[in-house]
Amino acid sequence: MTDRPARSPAELALIAVAVLVTVLTLVVPLAVIFAFALREGLGVYVANILQPNTLHAIWLTVVTAIVVVPVNILVGAALAWLVTRFRFRGRQLLVSFIELPASVSPIVAGVTYLFLYGGQGLLGPTLQGAGLQIMFTPLAIVLVSLFVTAPYAARELIPLMSQQGTEDEEAALSLGADGWQMFFLVTLPNIRWALIYGAVLTNARVMGEFGSVSVVSGAIRGQTNTLPLQINLLFNDFNITGAFAAASTLTLIAVVTLVIKSILESRQHA
Amino acid sequence: MANHRSKHLLPGFGLTMGVSLFYITLVILLPIAAMLLKVAGMGWPEFWRIVSSNRALAAYRITFGSAFIATVLNGVIGLLLAWVITRYRFPGRRVLDALVDLPFALPTAVAGLVLVTLFASGGWYGQFLEPAGIKVNYTQLGIVAAMTFTSIPFVVRAVQPVLEDLDEGLESAARTLGASRWQVFTRIVWPTILPAFIGGCVLSFARSLGEFGAVVFIAGNLPGVTEIVSLLIYIRLDEYNYEAAAALAFVLLLVAFLTLVATNALAAWQTRYVERSA
Repeated sequence: MTDRPARSPAELALIAVAVLVTVLTLVVPLAVIFAFALREGLGVYVANILQPNTLHAIWLTVVTAIVVVPVNILVGAALAWLVTRFRFRGRQLLVSFIELPASVSPIVAGVTYLFLYGGQGLLGPTLQGAGLQIMFTPLAIVLVSLFVTAPYAARELIPLMSQQGTEDEEAALSLGADGWQMFFLVTLPNIRWALIYGAVLTNARVMGEFGSVSVVSGAIRGQTNTLPLQINLLFNDFNITGAFAAASTLTLIAVVTLVIKSILESRQHA
Repeated sequence: MANHRSKHLLPGFGLTMGVSLFYITLVILLPIAAMLLKVAGMGWPEFWRIVSSNRALAAYRITFGSAFIATVLNGVIGLLLAWVITRYRFPGRRVLDALVDLPFALPTAVAGLVLVTLFASGGWYGQFLEPAGIKVNYTQLGIVAAMTFTSIPFVVRAVQPVLEDLDEGLESAARTLGASRWQVFTRIVWPTILPAFIGGCVLSFARSLGEFGAVVFIAGNLPGVTEIVSLLIYIRLDEYNYEAAAALAFVLLLVAFLTLVATNALAAWQTRYVERSA
């Protein structure tokens, strides 16, 4: 890879244009968020964040992430192990299935869950008969979030694990390790960066999920409002400063995500 | 020692197969099946009436048209950014590289909020654009802006690895044989990155088609003008018109499925290309 300092005017012009585009499309939006959140001063900013409904939204978003991220990491690891270590018919189909949620519009994702667990859905009558409600509760938010973030961990793990090959694990087995020892002492350390990266990506997506959660949560203030929904609510109430205050918390997480990603990538190249 | 009873050398087949099948069925396949059942129970005439209604047709036109324009923009921007990041060294390059992923990491609702604020009449961008007659909020331009922003990373990240792996030796050889810079680009670089570029564009297009959060803030959602398909579905749900919602969602699902097929085909093309030139 040649990365040399640019010399010709044409190259400098390209860099300048690229930087300009980046500033206009990426840096300015970031700046806007914090400028508008703090527009009325730090006191108002903190008060906006501590609003009961916003606090509840933060809590609900965090709890959803705490449930969804580990589950999808585990399943992603299981699937990655399955498709990279064994050969069987339908292997590619399985991978396509887990990739499917990434191509599906969030609204469509929400609609499918509505038609499964909602009152007029497939399981609707069964659930009603048992006195259970899933739709318009935090559980629905968790379920649909599992759907939309399913691909991310698997996507990171599958290429890495297929590239790494099975020698380390076979060696461990031949030395007498059992399955779990092999997994925890050999496989896991090899894939730890991809695991962390997958967790970070899944987390970013879960916390920001809007379309699918809009459909299944009912957006009931103080009960089933996640942070992105709360932002929408505040915006519709013309509380711009409040909306940006809530947005800033998610943005901080986004920036941390970018920083972690940068660090992980430089470690991988090292 | 390998387990003699199992036909696989490594352990865990049963466990991981069970977990994967169970999860995929429960979380991914079952909901989709439920929706397909709903659509199947609707009957063809009703289904057709909904998906070919004027409002739906307008929504397709707006959604596909905006997504197309956004994808073209992202193609250009993506190529530029990927090129500059991989080829040149300059202060701030790593920051630029990290920033490209911002639209991935940032919630779409936040993106929508930011864009509608930027392009409002008194906004940082709006204050210059509106006097010039360019209105972004509540117009299709706004939809394009939102779709472009949220899909910036796709082309960049698709092209970057291929550019990085490009054999500089080939380019140097061509130059010593008298090829101009432009010829080197069009004859050597471009054909190599083409599959990845198209793949990135397909992903960008698919994402834009389904984009909801960022668009819904800035579009104003006027039927026939700025009403995208995912919003129309949401409105139908709000009206308790579940059949219409299901029919339209099915259309989007079909497009998602086609995108998956296209992406797989492109990946296969990419692999064959790499193997040929290796």
